[in-house]
This record gives sequence, structure tokens and C-alpha cells, in this order.
Amino acid sequence: MITKLNHVSIFVLDQDSAHDFYVNKLGFAVHTDASMGPGKRWLTVTPPEQPDIEISLMAIDEGMMFKKEAAEQMRELVKKGTFGFGVFECNDLNATYEELSAKGVEFTKPPTKEFYGYEALFKDDSGNWFSLGQKEQ
Amino acid sequence: MDTYPRQYLYRRVVRAKLFIDAQFSSAIDLDNIADEACFSKFHFVRLFRSIYGRTPHQYLTDVRVRHAKDLLKDGATVARACYSVGFDSISSFTGLFKRRVGVTPAAFQQTQLQKQAEVVERPSKFVPNCFIEKRGWNE
Repeated sequence: MITKLNHVSIFVLDQDSAHDFYVNKLGFAVHTDASMGPGKRWLTVTPPEQPDIEISLMAIDEGMMFKKEAAEQMRELVKKGTFGFGVFECNDLNATYEELSAKGVEFTKPPTKEFYGYEALFKDDSGNWFSLGQKEQ
Repeated sequence: MDTYPRQYLYRRVVRAKLFIDAQFSSAIDLDNIADEACFSKFHFVRLFRSIYGRTPHQYLTDVRVRHAKDLLKDGATVARACYSVGFDSISSFTGLFKRRVGVTPAAFQQTQLQKQAEVVERPSKFVPNCFIEKRGWNE
């Protein structure tokens, strides 16, 4: 029986840039940063209060996973902001919005009251978008 | 204070938090931090705690311990980690680190350096095999 999720993948355009974004701007911790050979890097980060969920920052490389054309298409789709890979949570949406904005994170929607709660939307350095909500008090 | 727009107050508290993030290794105190946010100490502590769930001093300690962990992972001595992040006593630092992290700084470092060595020697141990196969990393 499935008990929990322990890995999830986010496709990124550049792993060095993604490392800087997720670690230095979002405040995530590096779980594993392993070289699997020349040009092959396994990089995972974890949110501050979920050290057992590894978010894999996956490069979009031509190879077994993507043929050349598919890799180019995938990079374009990521750059255009096609993918929303998840919803993050914080303790205080207004404070987190101010802090991340001060650090240069691009928000496409400021904290807004929706029928389901308060939400903001931001993009990572590749173009992927995420919802950011406030934990229920 | 209640007459100020809420977002303006948030910006000031966040500015203080970012000040702590940048200046944690210096001998900063609550007066410095409250001044940075342009608040009285009382209002600043109350607002900071309501937002971050910790007092500014507790947050400063958390930041120092986090940076100490990074230094230890990079191979710094316990003494260097202690003094570099703003603590002034190795014994106090060691005790506080153990209470926060669960192990002494030396034990933490040993575990981390062992893991790092393993990541270099056997990286496949840390990668789910499905990803290795899908990406052709086993060729």
C-alpha cells in the first residue's frame, strides 16, 4: 500500500541557476548533489519542514529521456511557463511575499483572497509556476 | 502602529529578518534589529513572533546554527564554525548545537563528511534506479 511521496521532479533549464534559486531565494536545503558522470547531475532539494521529500531539479538534456527535438520542445514549454509543478505552503503569505519579492522572485499574482483561501503565484528561474498558500491557522 | 497599512508593517519586519540573515555573524542585538525595522522593541518582538513563530533572538540563533552546519559540512573545525557564525564560546555553541540538532557539532560533521564521500564514490546509492535507467546513466 502506498504510504507517502518521497520524490518529485521539476524540469529546469539550468541546474546551477536552479540551485541558486531554490536554495538561496526559496530557502530550500540541498539533499543530494551527485555527479553521475560528465554532464550528468542528480540534484535534489528539500523544503525546510519536509526533509523527507526530495525535489529533483532535472535537466532537460538530449539523451535517453528526450530526443533532440523533444528536448528543445520541452525547454520551450518550460520557458513559456507551461508547467505548474505544485503548491507550496507558508506560515504567513504577506511576509513570505515581501521577502521573496525582495530577493528577486517574480510573482505573477500577489497575495489574493480566493474562495479557497489566500494565494499568490510565483515563477522559478526557469519559468515554472507555483501556487503559494498560507497554512490554515 | 495600527494606523499603518498592513503591508508596510510586513515590509519592515521582513527587512529586519533579512538584516538578521545578512548580519548574523556580527554582534547584533535586538536593539539593532528593532532599529532596522523602525519599531519599538516591544512591538517588533510581538509582530516578528506572530509572523515567524519565533522571537528575533531565537531566529538569529537558528540562522547561526544553520550556517554553522554548512561550515561543518565544508570541513571547518568546530572552533572555526563557532566563531565564524557569531558565537563566542565553544562550549556554549556545542551545547546549543546539540540541543537544536540532536548531536554534537563534531558528530554532525563526521556523519556529513561520510555521506559526502559516499556520494562521490557511489552516487547511484542516492538516486532512485528508475531515474538512472530512464536517463541512461547506467551505460
